[in-house]
Amino acid sequence: MLEAPVVVTVALVYLGLLFAVAWWGDKRADQGRSIIANPTIYALSMAVYCTTWTFYGSVGRAAVSGIGFLPVYLGPTLVMALGWFLLLKMVRIVKANRITSIADFISSRYGKSHRLGGLVTIIAVLGIIPYIALQLKAVSGTVSLLLSYPDIVMPDRSATMSVAADMSFYIALILAAFTIVFGTRHLDATERHEGMVAAIAFESSVKLVAFVTVGVFVTYGMYDGFGDIFEHIATHPELRRLVTAIPSGQGYTGWFSLIILSGLAVLFLPRQFQVAVVENVNEAHLKRAAWLFPLYLLLINVFVLPIALGGLLHFSGQAVDADTFVLTLPMSQRQQGLTLLVFIGGLSAGTGMVIVETIALSTMVCNDLVMPLLLRRKAAALEERKDLSGLLLAIRRGAIVVILLLGYLYFRLAGEAYALVAIGLISFSAVAQFAPAIIGGMYWRGGTRAGALAGLSAGFLVWGYTLLLPSFAKSGWLPADFLTQGLFGSELLRPQQLFGLTGMDEISHCLFWSSLANIGAYLGVSLLRPPLAAEATQATLFVDALKETGPVGAALWRGRAQVSDLRELVGRFLGPTRTEAAFAAFARRRGGKGAALEADAQLVQFAESLLAGAIGSASARVMVASVAKEEPLSLEEVMHILDEASQLRTYSRELERKSRELTAATRELQDANARLQELDKVKDDIMSSVTHELRTPLTSIRAFSELLRDDPKMHLADRERFLGLIVSETERLTRLINQTLDLAKIESGRADWNGCELDLKEVVEQSVAATSQLFREKGAHVELDLPDNLPLILADRDRLVQVMLNLLSNAVKFLPPGSGRVHVVLRALAEGLEVSVADNGPGIRAEDQALIFEKFRQVGDTMTAKPSGTGLGLPISRRIVEHFGGRLWVESAPGEGATFRFTLPYAGPAEPAAVAGNPA
Amino acid sequence: MQRRILAGDRLIATFLIGCVLFNYPLLSLFDRPLALFGVPLIYAYVFAAWALVVGLMAWAIERRIS
Repeated sequence: MLEAPVVVTVALVYLGLLFAVAWWGDKRADQGRSIIANPTIYALSMAVYCTTWTFYGSVGRAAVSGIGFLPVYLGPTLVMALGWFLLLKMVRIVKANRITSIADFISSRYGKSHRLGGLVTIIAVLGIIPYIALQLKAVSGTVSLLLSYPDIVMPDRSATMSVAADMSFYIALILAAFTIVFGTRHLDATERHEGMVAAIAFESSVKLVAFVTVGVFVTYGMYDGFGDIFEHIATHPELRRLVTAIPSGQGYTGWFSLIILSGLAVLFLPRQFQVAVVENVNEAHLKRAAWLFPLYLLLINVFVLPIALGGLLHFSGQAVDADTFVLTLPMSQRQQGLTLLVFIGGLSAGTGMVIVETIALSTMVCNDLVMPLLLRRKAAALEERKDLSGLLLAIRRGAIVVILLLGYLYFRLAGEAYALVAIGLISFSAVAQFAPAIIGGMYWRGGTRAGALAGLSAGFLVWGYTLLLPSFAKSGWLPADFLTQGLFGSELLRPQQLFGLTGMDEISHCLFWSSLANIGAYLGVSLLRPPLAAEATQATLFVDALKETGPVGAALWRGRAQVSDLRELVGRFLGPTRTEAAFAAFARRRGGKGAALEADAQLVQFAESLLAGAIGSASARVMVASVAKEEPLSLEEVMHILDEASQLRTYSRELERKSRELTAATRELQDANARLQELDKVKDDIMSSVTHELRTPLTSIRAFSELLRDDPKMHLADRERFLGLIVSETERLTRLINQTLDLAKIESGRADWNGCELDLKEVVEQSVAATSQLFREKGAHVELDLPDNLPLILADRDRLVQVMLNLLSNAVKFLPPGSGRVHVVLRALAEGLEVSVADNGPGIRAEDQALIFEKFRQVGDTMTAKPSGTGLGLPISRRIVEHFGGRLWVESAPGEGATFRFTLPYAGPAEPAAVAGNPA
Repeated sequence: MQRRILAGDRLIATFLIGCVLFNYPLLSLFDRPLALFGVPLIYAYVFAAWALVVGLMAWAIERRIS
């Protein structure tokens, strides 16, 4: 069933599906409704890290070295924990400077250097082409395996066939066409490809699903789970070492080196830089992607070892390459559907890598290799062409084809040689050479162009000598004694025991010597002389990328340029329509200042960044310089401007701080003012009530005094009666004033409270004793029911006495003369002590029971014609009781007397807080 | 602001924890011919440590600090 037409059709339909996804993604992006603008898609696109090297190769590696395949995924996991800082800074720099590739990044950091960008491009292309060859090999290898289904026939390694009959040649061509359509449909000033990212994320899902499915099939279909497989291993001593130890050939040093290398690769491989930095839609996505991506790596690796062991057990004694276990295990079980799914998964892994990698490399080749050469050699010819955007696209498309053909060529030449097997790590070691220049450049201002050139060159040469050339020698392209005897027969120069260093695997060996040379040269040469003006400028833009710098870049340009010249220049590379739109948008943003003839520094900066997106920052610099009369700035001037900028920053921070403090102070003042106004209103209310209340006694005092004055012949008895009334009214007046002041104090929170633990019984007894004369005068009887040994309460003794006196004197007032009875009871309840004062007076109507606690309210005084109290006693009493955490209320019915009760909580550990609080 | 700083510090701590867990000498403690529920010790250890690091990262990033 799995014949050639079926396989080819499935593959082509799948590629068509990918293209549909990409087309849809592009369309949605044009409509402004991006489908890739979420952290999950972003994390999935980062999973382009997992190529066929992961999909097929991990199992092959595990079959040889046990868990030795893992450090390549542990490194990225660790680096992503720092991704929050490193990637965020890279994304900011890239967006601010319209950087489109890793070569552009390094070139831009060190003063927009053509030479540096070119060197990075060459290292990247040389390092990556074998890696692309690996993908071609994997895809063509799996196709030929499928074609022999259901037999499992390893591809013949010795057979040579013509290019025309070689399937991988056509695969390379199809991929090239596919990549061209994906990546270079039009020229974008930011080099972002939403459709491509959507397709890559889709492929990442497919390869994960395919791998996990086959893993589950092998582990639970062919065997009874993990434990079963490992039990089988126990009977094969030659396999046991795979699962019990760090591989001997690698050791802990090799393990550690792989973690470092892969951690650097996940940042600096051109395809990773493309998806993680250049294609980043929103830097907030970095957060979730920082753990989703490692989770993806974890998931895709869970079943690697079971598949490897299962394959080794199943094909024991047969000539089946462990690299193919993922495909051959389902084939051996005649699982057609699963086999096809695995094939599609592998195809996803291969095509995803090839597409993104070649797009990234083609941008680098175009912007940092071909354009600089054209600008130098054919500047005159370029002048004549009005629209160069077509030329740029053609260069990129050409670069894609050339890169893929180079990959194919390498695959043809290397065949099954050693060079292909180890190539993944050789590529990783190549891109690791970028690390000192990039990380140093992002955090250290002192790095110079010369230093970066020296470091990269030294690291690259050592990498070539200790890793690339030996791999050629092992493939038979170089004499084998190059390895054993060293260059010129010098033992010290043996490439994999350089200067006699032994005891390391080749990767660690290369990592050590190349980073020593790289970092040493970078630091050493950078320290030889201070940075030039252009380097210092770029260093500031990069190192301070996370600070709010403001337009420092524009401040560092001085010269004259015509707007029309700039417009024409940008138009030649981006096309006139898009240039017009971009310039118009820029003018709008700045409030319509686009009409001037002469361009200011900001417009020049803007034009240069537009160009940088299309042709790289170094070329953009050269082009802008060609239409503007620029005054070069000296290092002193640059430093001066940068100092000023940083001083401005400090001032503005200071200003912000001051303004924050002012805002806080204003708020406090407003609060205080509001409180004051409220207090003022309270005071006004009290004043108006009090004035009214004061008028009554004053009026009577005045009336009686006038009577006494006007009638000198008044009887003595009348005189005494009036004088008595005057005295009692005066007393009432005094009481009123005292209580008003007291209440105002309590309400404003300024009353003095002397809280202490006291025995409520004593307070009650003292109060009753103080009022005994009143009761006697009224002929009333007081009954006390005061148990001993009650718990203490926390309150102010004098205030409580005041409450008790008030309640008792109230009761006296309303007692019937001669037959009055007052019953005072003290009881212990769960919540505290309760005191009740019950009388047998006329009682209080239900509707009046709430009113009596309001200020200046006296109700139904049936006994005397005019008010005898102040109307403040009960309100004050209630506030005092509430202040100590208790409550005061009345229970009564007309004709049945009234019972006033109040409670106070016990003095316990929680009580002091209640006292400290201020319920007023 | 405070929240960002704390989350960042947690991520750096996770990085350091991962560096220690994934390397010599801690790694060598589990490098012996034993099995945990049928799964070889070193294999179980590396995956458990890996899951722990990913979990810590998710916690540091996703958790709202009140």
